[in-house]
Amino acid sequence: MTGTTAARTYRDYSQPLWRRLLISREAAVIGALALVIVVSMISVRAFAQPITITYLFLDIAPILLIALPMTLVIITGEIDLSVASIVGLSSVTVGVLHQNGMPIPAAALVALLVGLIAGAINGALITMVGLPSLAVTIGTLALYRGLAVGLLGTTAVTEFNKFWTDIAKSKIGDTAIPSVVILIVVLALVFGILLHFTTFGRGIFAIGLSPEAARFSGVNVERTKFILFMLSGVVSALAGIYYTLRFGSARGDNATGLELSVIAAVLLGGVSIFGGRGALPGVLAGVLLIGTLASALRLANVTSDVINVITGTLLIASVVGTSFLAWARNKRARPGGTRGNSPTATG
Amino acid sequence: MKMLSKLIKARETGIMIALVLVVVVATARNPTFLFSPDGFRDLLLTPSILLLLAVGQAIVIITRSVDLSVGSVLGLTAYLTGRLFIDLPGIPIIAVFLIGIIFGGLLGLINGALVAFAKVPALVITLGTLYAYRGINVLWTGSDRINGSDLPSAFLSLGTSSLFGIPWLTIIALVVLVAAGWFLRTQRAGRELYAIGSDPEAANLYGLKVTQRVLVAFIFSGALAGLAGVLYAARYGTVSSQAGVNLELQAVGAAVIGGVAIFGGSGTVWGAAIGAFLLLTINRALPILGVQDFWQRAVVGVLIIGAIVLDRVLAVRQSRKLLEMRDES
Repeated sequence: MTGTTAARTYRDYSQPLWRRLLISREAAVIGALALVIVVSMISVRAFAQPITITYLFLDIAPILLIALPMTLVIITGEIDLSVASIVGLSSVTVGVLHQNGMPIPAAALVALLVGLIAGAINGALITMVGLPSLAVTIGTLALYRGLAVGLLGTTAVTEFNKFWTDIAKSKIGDTAIPSVVILIVVLALVFGILLHFTTFGRGIFAIGLSPEAARFSGVNVERTKFILFMLSGVVSALAGIYYTLRFGSARGDNATGLELSVIAAVLLGGVSIFGGRGALPGVLAGVLLIGTLASALRLANVTSDVINVITGTLLIASVVGTSFLAWARNKRARPGGTRGNSPTATG
Repeated sequence: MKMLSKLIKARETGIMIALVLVVVVATARNPTFLFSPDGFRDLLLTPSILLLLAVGQAIVIITRSVDLSVGSVLGLTAYLTGRLFIDLPGIPIIAVFLIGIIFGGLLGLINGALVAFAKVPALVITLGTLYAYRGINVLWTGSDRINGSDLPSAFLSLGTSSLFGIPWLTIIALVVLVAAGWFLRTQRAGRELYAIGSDPEAANLYGLKVTQRVLVAFIFSGALAGLAGVLYAARYGTVSSQAGVNLELQAVGAAVIGGVAIFGGSGTVWGAAIGAFLLLTINRALPILGVQDFWQRAVVGVLIIGAIVLDRVLAVRQSRKLLEMRDES
């Protein structure tokens, strides 16, 4: 947002692979996650139990899901603030349709379609009308939430078939791992492959680094962004369906404010808000880091609100720390030099 | 140049007309909306606090930043206000106002320093401080809350009483608005904020003190949120740890509706102020028009999107006009 010299740091590819991996941002987040887990297991007595894993994943599943498309959207240099409102809208859709006698699978399909349309509206306003995504999705954040709240008012739909609510809370066989993790793993693989191993994914990075250059190298910038916003809408709707069944309650204000948690986790995971930089493993570690800290603190009887301070401080520390490190490295490596500072120089 | 100023003028008149329209239609349906002492007072009183936040937000957005922490700053200051009256009985009201403004300014300074020196986008930093400030607020407040009975009656009456029919809160907000409008339009430092927002690199090359100006914009926004926090305590009397939650998006929304471009460099605090009025007046008008107030947020969303689409259309038309003018000459 502040357009001050957006000093983009490029990885130094003259270094061997293992060293690049070791000093990468993703490695730092994963290291922090490991540290938190080890420390929690030692110092918080109730932490090292299977039930912790169960609740950890049940609680952070919506954030994990939405963080996947959000990562891709932010790497193109855009942002989607409307995701939590789409969660609410999808939740209300499922609730209202089910209340009127529609079976859950059909209602869920309609909710996914609603999410797709919501994402397509975002995408159309951004790519076809050419509006900034920040402003558009602040608008649709209010609009979609308004539709959700308008449809149900202050009432809630809580009559859900036990069969489906049980599935949302079920575990894989005898393990403590909730079934929703299967969904997350599958989607994480799909998004990971899409981002890191396909032409489409390389295009996403190219757009984030320089939309102009990407366009001239044959990347369909508008189409790519449009698809990403639709994906964001669909996955948010999916998270909304899960949210509804997990808590057995469809309300207009479900998941209010979740967009900030998602974005905080994505940025913590090392995705650059300027676009062009980031990786999915780091983001997953970022979400897990926040989630694990939250559950460890809760078990240690620290009030759940402390987590807000920690989320905020972690976010700031991680970005400030990164730019400080980049500054220090620049200063040491090339005093006065500007190598690699222009996108064209890296070819 | 004359045409340009006309065009900018048209932007604010547009929302002004929308605002007048809402008031007229609502009054036609139910005359007490405007023509009753309470109706008129509420019309002015309700948007006053958001107006302050919108003015601060407009200044920050004009420099191509954004301040998402204003709701949390408001909450912290509102609770601080209550604590000051409880812990220091007999403290002069003016001192509380000053402390509130300075405290808000300090929180803004933290935002600004992180943004300006660490060269991290404001969106990220203020998203972080949104959480951090709110978390500190919750830690400090706990399940405690400030009640009207904790506050001196002179302070509380400030939140509801009027001077010549205009509520004090509105007068304070308007004074701030006029001062900010004058500063941005006529002062060198104010114009520099627009230059920085239009093109930060160019402003830097030109020799403007970009870092310093951005820092000041954030202090401004924080101080206004601090003032809004004090007024919040005076207006509502009760302050819990959730005071001002989600206000940041309303403040950004008001600025955007008022024609402040989200990528900086254009817009006025006047527009943002009218945007704040429009947002909350629609809120009050909907039930009178027979629309359940649950739909209010949807209407706000449509308004925001409509406003940015309109801005886009105006911008395209203007650039075409400028191109024609260049081709002719």
